[in-house]
Amino acid sequence: MTKIIEPNKQSNIFKRPSSETGIWSWITTVDHKRIGIMYGYAAFFFLLIGGLEALILRIQLSQPDNNFLTAAEYNAMFTMHGTTMIFLAIMPISAAFFNYLLPLQIGARDVAFPRLNALSFWIFIFGGAFLYSTFIFGTAGAPEGGYLAEEVGWLGSAPNGGWFGYQPNAGMKYSPGTAMDYWAIGLQILGIASLISAFNFITTIINMRTKGMRFMRMPVFTWMTFAVSFLLAFSLPIIAIALFYVTFDRKFGTTFFLTEGGGDPVLWQHLFWLFGHPEVYILILPAFGIVSEVLPTFARKPLFGYAAIVFAGFGIAFIGFGVWAHHMFASAISPVAQAGFGLSTMVIAVPTGVKIFNWLGTIWGGKIKLNTPMLFSLGFIGMFVIGGLSGVTHSVVPADTQQTDTYYIVAHFHYVLFGGALFGIFSGLYYWFPKVWGKMYNETLGKIHFWLMLIGFNLTFGPMHWLGLQGQVRRTWVYAEETNLQFWNIIVTIGAFIIAVSIIVFMINWIFSKRNGEKAPFDPWDARTIEWTIPSPTPVWNFSKAPEVKSLDDFWHAKYEEDEEGRAVRKESADQMLLDLEEEGLNPTENIVLPNPSYFPIVLAAGLPFLGYAVIYKSIPLALVGALLLLIGGFGWGTEPLEEEVEENLEHE
Amino acid sequence: MLVKKIFKLKNLRYVLLVFLSACIEDAPLDSLSPEGPYARSIDELFWITFWIAVVIFVIVQGALLLSVFVYKEKPDSPEPKQIHGNTKLEILWTVIPVLILAAIAVPTVRTIFDLAREPENALKIEVIGHQWWFEYKYPDYGITTANVLVIPADRPVRLEMWSNDVLHNYWVPKLNGKRYLVPGQTTYLNLHADSPNEFWAQCGEYCGLSHSKMRGRVLSLSQSDFDAWVKNEQRDATAFSTDDLSLAAEGQQVYLNAGCTQCHVINGVWDVQGDRIAPNLTHFANRNVFAGAALKNNPENLTKWLANPAEIKPGTFMPNLELTESEINALIAYLETLK
Repeated sequence: MTKIIEPNKQSNIFKRPSSETGIWSWITTVDHKRIGIMYGYAAFFFLLIGGLEALILRIQLSQPDNNFLTAAEYNAMFTMHGTTMIFLAIMPISAAFFNYLLPLQIGARDVAFPRLNALSFWIFIFGGAFLYSTFIFGTAGAPEGGYLAEEVGWLGSAPNGGWFGYQPNAGMKYSPGTAMDYWAIGLQILGIASLISAFNFITTIINMRTKGMRFMRMPVFTWMTFAVSFLLAFSLPIIAIALFYVTFDRKFGTTFFLTEGGGDPVLWQHLFWLFGHPEVYILILPAFGIVSEVLPTFARKPLFGYAAIVFAGFGIAFIGFGVWAHHMFASAISPVAQAGFGLSTMVIAVPTGVKIFNWLGTIWGGKIKLNTPMLFSLGFIGMFVIGGLSGVTHSVVPADTQQTDTYYIVAHFHYVLFGGALFGIFSGLYYWFPKVWGKMYNETLGKIHFWLMLIGFNLTFGPMHWLGLQGQVRRTWVYAEETNLQFWNIIVTIGAFIIAVSIIVFMINWIFSKRNGEKAPFDPWDARTIEWTIPSPTPVWNFSKAPEVKSLDDFWHAKYEEDEEGRAVRKESADQMLLDLEEEGLNPTENIVLPNPSYFPIVLAAGLPFLGYAVIYKSIPLALVGALLLLIGGFGWGTEPLEEEVEENLEHE
Repeated sequence: MLVKKIFKLKNLRYVLLVFLSACIEDAPLDSLSPEGPYARSIDELFWITFWIAVVIFVIVQGALLLSVFVYKEKPDSPEPKQIHGNTKLEILWTVIPVLILAAIAVPTVRTIFDLAREPENALKIEVIGHQWWFEYKYPDYGITTANVLVIPADRPVRLEMWSNDVLHNYWVPKLNGKRYLVPGQTTYLNLHADSPNEFWAQCGEYCGLSHSKMRGRVLSLSQSDFDAWVKNEQRDATAFSTDDLSLAAEGQQVYLNAGCTQCHVINGVWDVQGDRIAPNLTHFANRNVFAGAALKNNPENLTKWLANPAEIKPGTFMPNLELTESEINALIAYLETLK
């Protein structure tokens, strides 16, 4: 039974919310699992929108000189596709995994700052909504003095300067209207969300590990969360500053990036990629972590070279800050800089290679169970290797000057971010599905999803290498018939639609299995890490008592020992231990203190878009509304009664 | 059985044929068919890297597939040995990639500096990027032209480039890699064509609405043809006298009165001090493309363009001057005389 202790009246300025079900319980929740789930659904929603934008782009490019879209619409679509996929789909889906799993993997009840966690989720939601409100309120048009044959419709009224927003094209003179302001301020808001979670996760990992969970016993996924959090903490301030410069250039007449005022457009490129390259690792490292969990589980072998994989991850994160100018080899940089950044780019291939070889070492000699998460993880290795190798061809600077700004690059980074990050994410979605929902997903549909996606993916992005080498530039609204690019463009478009079908299969599986799936045991995969020692679905209190960890892969070692040959042998006591664990997990014997829900994260977060609109429309009233919400949110937050704690007091009967 | 096999093989051949035919068609922006020493040195470097990548690809994917097939769970498979790592192996697969990369790094760095060096005896040409066309100036000859870059064959050309507005990126795939055009800075790119030929150019960097239509042509001519071209370009256009009643002369009046002179110069007809924001039209008829090389230079395309430029190049700075059909016809007749 749940007992609520009466709050201390003296400090009770605002009452804390108490709903446990229904919409209010979700809005006010600070439970890392619920926040993780909401992150996941919201990110998937944006993934669908970003995918829809991709399909629209592909329809336009299926024919040479096509007029399905106007130039303004096409440019808006590719800008929003990139921005959405990076900031609103892959990053928050990774955040969903971090949120849900991190406390479970280190044996904690929640993250260090549960309300901050809710705050970063709501800021993400409001930031995404703010960015997408551009389709309703935003305006875009021809550069100052230019002409358009027709009005820009709603589809073209989105940001159109590219997700990379190169100056001065994305400045006011060449991108008039408000659309690019939505982009700059939208990213600013989303950056706040990521920054908050970064510090939250860093603190959580450092401070909230359970007894015995030393750093070198942490699961690799937790390690990668740690690395990504540092990457976020160090790279987001750079883009924040750069976005402030842009906003000031656009709205208040400064000239940070404008030559006519003594500014430098190449400075923007440096600042953007100094953030943008670590961002790539922010997107891919979570997938590295997921794959490092899935492979050992289904190969029934420990991760090969755990320490090497961990340090390689941090090596990548560190070197990732020293390669940014490889996005600018054709830009105004000197041959010395070209050589330097070419070499550093080659260097980063080494730790990446170490990871891949160690993953291969993990499955080599294993007993490989080819179910859906494993297929996605294996597919991840295969596809990521292709992206990695084409990446090495970019470090060869002269070759890159031919490839840069062509579809060869588009192919490369989709092999990394789709074949890599997204395959890893799908692997994780299937792998932890039973833990989250307490049901099993449908294996047949899962496999159909994998194969369709693998085929569709390669049909879409494989030929893009060739198209790029044949001279199809990026961000091209039309291509001339004489360039002879149509054949592969049609194949690419067909591939994109196959991916869309695979996503539909995934959604059917998800919805159906969540409702009618077989009941999941709490350790369906015979897994290795401690999140599998608790019931499925995860109870609200996670661990009924704080677990004690004695080794890396603690749960596995509790179940298995090694014979003289080094083969795994199941302990006789294992079955009884599992029964005990289930019993314990569902029936906690000690008092459990959980963080209280709160109204204020959402209130505080709601202030930010108003401030954004206030800057765009230079409106004092909107600024006041935003400031007021921030104040109420912050004041309420600060004065919320701490004493009022929900105690889950469930006596073992 | 054998027949079946052959039949299958034959099918495969057709598939291959279709596949290859799609590959070997002439692509004017193909970066893999270099036609000059700069592009060739890049191409060689690319193929070295490519084949190394192919070997690694085969090894890694082979190992991946092999382990899946060999170690796939079978009903009688034993529990695997619990191997946590192997320091020797791990050092090996750290050191080998380092060596491979070092081997790639050496020619890479050498080629970077080779490509950047200013060639001796190079012809200097200025390239100025505009939304959405390339302007070319030959300081040695006093020539200003647009869209079609004319260069001597078998002689290096040094491009000095900057932008008049946003970032652009000059790319002639068959002659060299790309280089940005930046407002307020000068960047350099060397071109060198083996023989007389026509090449395609394309703006690589996203530069706004009509980025995809910011194209160009590079025409390499034999030295004698090039000299003749220079001579012709240096010549002013001959103005029609006002009492000339030909259609072309009427076109000249349209050019002078309809507003074209606000942006376009024709040397000898409308000479103004300073630059204009649109292409110099003095030798317009000699250029086989116009409108940022998005259109072939023929009366049909000119009609479309003059009727409403923004229809073809969204965002263009050329207004719709609401010309009548007869004005357009006159203008076209006039433009065709600008040889």
